[in-house]
Amino acid sequence: MAVITNNDFLYNVFGGFTHFTWQSAVMILIGCILIYLGAAKDYEPLLLVPIGFGCILANLPLTELIHVPRDGYVFNHSIQEALGEAGLMPFVEGARVVNEGILDVLYNAGIANELFPCLLFIGIGAMTDFGPLLQNPRVMLLGGAGQFGIFLTLMLALAIGYEKLEAICIAIIGACDGPTSIFITSMFNPALLGPISVAAYSYMSLVPLIQPPVMKLCTTKKEREFIMSYEMLTPVTQRTKILFPIVVTIVTLLIAPSGGALMGTLMFGNFLRECGAVGRLVQAAENEIANITTLFLGLTVGATMTGEVFLTAKTLGIFALGFIAICGDTAFGVFGAKLMNLFSKQKINPLIGASGISAFPMSARVAQKVGNEANPQNYLLMHAMGVNTSGQIGSVLTASVMIAIIGALQTMGVDLTI
Amino acid sequence: MANVNAPMAGKLISVDVKVGDTVKKNDPVATLEAMKMQIKVFAPADGKVAEIKAEAGANIDPSVVIMTLE
Repeated sequence: MAVITNNDFLYNVFGGFTHFTWQSAVMILIGCILIYLGAAKDYEPLLLVPIGFGCILANLPLTELIHVPRDGYVFNHSIQEALGEAGLMPFVEGARVVNEGILDVLYNAGIANELFPCLLFIGIGAMTDFGPLLQNPRVMLLGGAGQFGIFLTLMLALAIGYEKLEAICIAIIGACDGPTSIFITSMFNPALLGPISVAAYSYMSLVPLIQPPVMKLCTTKKEREFIMSYEMLTPVTQRTKILFPIVVTIVTLLIAPSGGALMGTLMFGNFLRECGAVGRLVQAAENEIANITTLFLGLTVGATMTGEVFLTAKTLGIFALGFIAICGDTAFGVFGAKLMNLFSKQKINPLIGASGISAFPMSARVAQKVGNEANPQNYLLMHAMGVNTSGQIGSVLTASVMIAIIGALQTMGVDLTI
Repeated sequence: MANVNAPMAGKLISVDVKVGDTVKKNDPVATLEAMKMQIKVFAPADGKVAEIKAEAGANIDPSVVIMTLE
């Protein structure tokens, strides 16, 4: 018979305290900071508050709320229990048999299979008015230029020594698009979900602080003062707005079929909005579905931020590279607009090029603000909105193309884990 | 005589001057809300507010004259 000492008893009864490590303390502090930034400072509160709380929950010892996406666990379902009793469990040597925590359930239901980001995209599509883009379709090119930061970061990450799939997940932060970042990371490297999504959402909320200095650095005062008239915008018919999501879906998915989940859901949401026949569904998509998904997505993503994954040099690198990605996107967007001016009779203010990222509508507001500071008679908002919405399409399309290329390379037997 | 038109489509939140006020070029004269952003409308020239033609709360676009300056 085992001897139970007073020490063992106290160790188990006060397990929450005795298993508390310095990593738990640091991560709980990070969770509190995220909640503070969201709730008190209004930085992306809808995401940062649940992410922060999820982070606190996951780092309290012995709560057993979440085990995935880490390796070394086998869930104790009834069939596995039977196998266990027969001495056949666990299949993986050294793996612990655990009960599935509630956050494991959410993770497997919506993150591991990329469902949550896609549901969110239906809501985003339903909320987005592509009218300003359709009124001046040539600015769609700027939505493409704004994605170059992704490729710059990809090369930097590879040069620094990140694995190929890790580098792709980090580079996608440059899309400035939370759901797309989560989608790509959960597909290719779920272990980095916490740091990448926190970096993506933090930088999205910091767009009004990060972009203006880069925009000013890349333009002269004269360029910023350039007034864009609203006469250059041609009105669009409702029929065009209805056809747009259908045409974009068909064309982009013929180019990159593997992006079907992202582009398909984004454009489906937009079609619901524009067709005018399903008001209740639009309301559900932009309110109930988007809100519930955001809540579960944030909580679960936050819960993946455990100390052992988050408190590494890799995380610091991800934050640094994410910052470079967004600065790069802004600069490339501005220079893309300048390049466009070289070949076009109808000039544009290069500031609107900076809105070719997916942070909507923050980035367009930044262009309006910086332009208006340079010249109070300058109202760039609607022009920048067109670029901003094309940035949304651009980031999804870039992600889709990346998925297609990775899929093709994997099919050819290329090892991307090095 | 100068017209102050709405710079873009949106909702006129407030007219921030009164008839008879003297304004200088680039002084804020009204507030517009577009895409959930409040935007100041600035006077295009020096002058005196002669007439206010639009009411707060109205949906306006660039064809709408908010006020005239003389």
